[in-house]
Amino acid sequence: MTEADTLLYLDGVTVSFDGFRALNALSLVLEAGEMRAVIGPNGAGKTTMMDVITGRTRPDTGKVVFSASTDLTKLDEPAIAALGIGRKFQKPTVFEPHTVWDNLLLALAGDRRPWFSLWARETVSERDRIDAILETVRLKDQRQRRGGDLSHGQKQWLEIGMLLAQEPQLLLVDEPVAGMTDAETEQTAELLREINRTRSVVVVEHDMAFVRALDVKVTVLHEGSVLSEGTIDHVSEDPRVIEVYLGR
Amino acid sequence: MKLDRTAWLTLVLVMGAALALAILNQATPPGSAAHVPTYVIALAGKYLCFAMLALAVDLVWGFAGILSLGHAAFFALGGYAMGMYLMRQIGTRGVYGNANLPDFMVFLGWHDLPWYWYGFSWFPVALLMVVLVPGVLALVFGWLAFRSRVTGVYLSIITQALTYALLLAFFRNDMGFGGNNGMTDFKDILGFSVQADSTRSGLLVISALFLCAQFLMARYVVTSRFGKVLIAVRDTENRTRFLGYRPESYKLVVWVLSAVMAGIGGALYVPQVGIINPSEFAPGNSIEAVIWVAVGGRGTLTGAIIGALVVNFGKTWFTGAFPEVWLYALGFLFIFVTLFLPKGVMGLFARRQRRPAEIEPEVTPAAREVTG
Repeated sequence: MTEADTLLYLDGVTVSFDGFRALNALSLVLEAGEMRAVIGPNGAGKTTMMDVITGRTRPDTGKVVFSASTDLTKLDEPAIAALGIGRKFQKPTVFEPHTVWDNLLLALAGDRRPWFSLWARETVSERDRIDAILETVRLKDQRQRRGGDLSHGQKQWLEIGMLLAQEPQLLLVDEPVAGMTDAETEQTAELLREINRTRSVVVVEHDMAFVRALDVKVTVLHEGSVLSEGTIDHVSEDPRVIEVYLGR
Repeated sequence: MKLDRTAWLTLVLVMGAALALAILNQATPPGSAAHVPTYVIALAGKYLCFAMLALAVDLVWGFAGILSLGHAAFFALGGYAMGMYLMRQIGTRGVYGNANLPDFMVFLGWHDLPWYWYGFSWFPVALLMVVLVPGVLALVFGWLAFRSRVTGVYLSIITQALTYALLLAFFRNDMGFGGNNGMTDFKDILGFSVQADSTRSGLLVISALFLCAQFLMARYVVTSRFGKVLIAVRDTENRTRFLGYRPESYKLVVWVLSAVMAGIGGALYVPQVGIINPSEFAPGNSIEAVIWVAVGGRGTLTGAIIGALVVNFGKTWFTGAFPEVWLYALGFLFIFVTLFLPKGVMGLFARRQRRPAEIEPEVTPAAREVTG
């Protein structure tokens, strides 16, 4: 593996909150075009890891390097988003008073400055992009509904759609299938695989059936660092993983 | 920008009522049944200026979630800028007949006009200051507050502190703005006597024009893509950051715009009431403005205008009929609206004609924020 293939590189990242080490010298390498599943028990540091990558939390020590050269620890959330890192939260957060269409419109990659948005008119290319995303996330018939009126699963998809609209290189997806029906879970796995054809994805998930369905490399976090890494079969046979998950 | 029926109705009613009152005052002789007395004209003009303040509050509170409890400060600063122009117009007609100094400065034994009064005898400079002083103060205040991510009740408290600090500062004679007494005894504006019926009618119509212009501008802002981002910031500020927006820039733009709108309202208020003094900075005034918006319906613009007019009409009537119960009535009204009419007066209309894809945001978080 050469450095050019590495999209995201976390090196010895430590974050403590009042003495509690949420991340403990965490190191992780993500290749360009890869989809990675991150699992781990509650408090393993999955969400903190996402916070560090997206600029919400600054690490005490360690490096976070994106695209071989950009140090993410120096940037804030909007700057990191502009670099091409999109994030989906655990609890679906869409703009509830806005229509599905407007939610996607606001997420579309483009000029984010107030002065631009004050005079912006919807262009044909924007419409086409939104239509394409609506198709991908299966919300074509919901375009005029308010985000707040969607079902839980539809909100999750809308948020994934908003991530796609940002045209990121890397998508961070936090528990996308929490609270979904089996059919929705299956469709979401399919959707993520589809997205992964053009973009790198990191999925944090509890649902082992879903992780198995994704069929990608798995990283197991425990107490803020990597416990095990490999295929789902490899990690689920790892005695340390079994111990952590099944209790000692 | 397409105007819906509510917007058209707002514009037509505001302009129509102002014109009708002005014409009935000017075209009919005093004593005739159709005559509108001049005190009514002055009162109506005052209400329209308050409506501008309410519109400014609604723009930041209803659409950006910034609950300002100090907006009357911007209103008062605009008013002071206009008051300084009016003071300079008095010239030698003051009690002391000093052409160079306003009366209160002569009284204080001052000999020179302070530098910050230079240019105020020239109307365009005064107009520029009406916009600039509230605008720049809002820019500095907003830049510091929003950049540090001060939000919610903390921001409300410092806006309250801002207006209180200005109240104390303007009370001081050394500030050079007339201290406790402020500025009054104005003679004329652009050569027209401020006491004349025709000037008062003219000011009423001009106030209506400015209110309509501000309404249209605010409507443009909130229905633009900028406005959609603003509503997104109001409801889920963090999400907008991860989408690459800088909420602090959006808040700053709308905050400054709102301060300027309030300042213009204040500038039109002063010639119509004939006085400006530090009591305009009183924290209670800003809180009252928030109540107007809550009563009319937060996040609706039209509601802000309705709220300002209705509550102030009520205030005039109450303070005349039962002066001691007005504050209780106002407090009761606020509690009633928060509990039973979270969308204010506008909510009553919306219930009857709700369309699926309304641009009007959900206002439920409003009540929570106020009471919380």
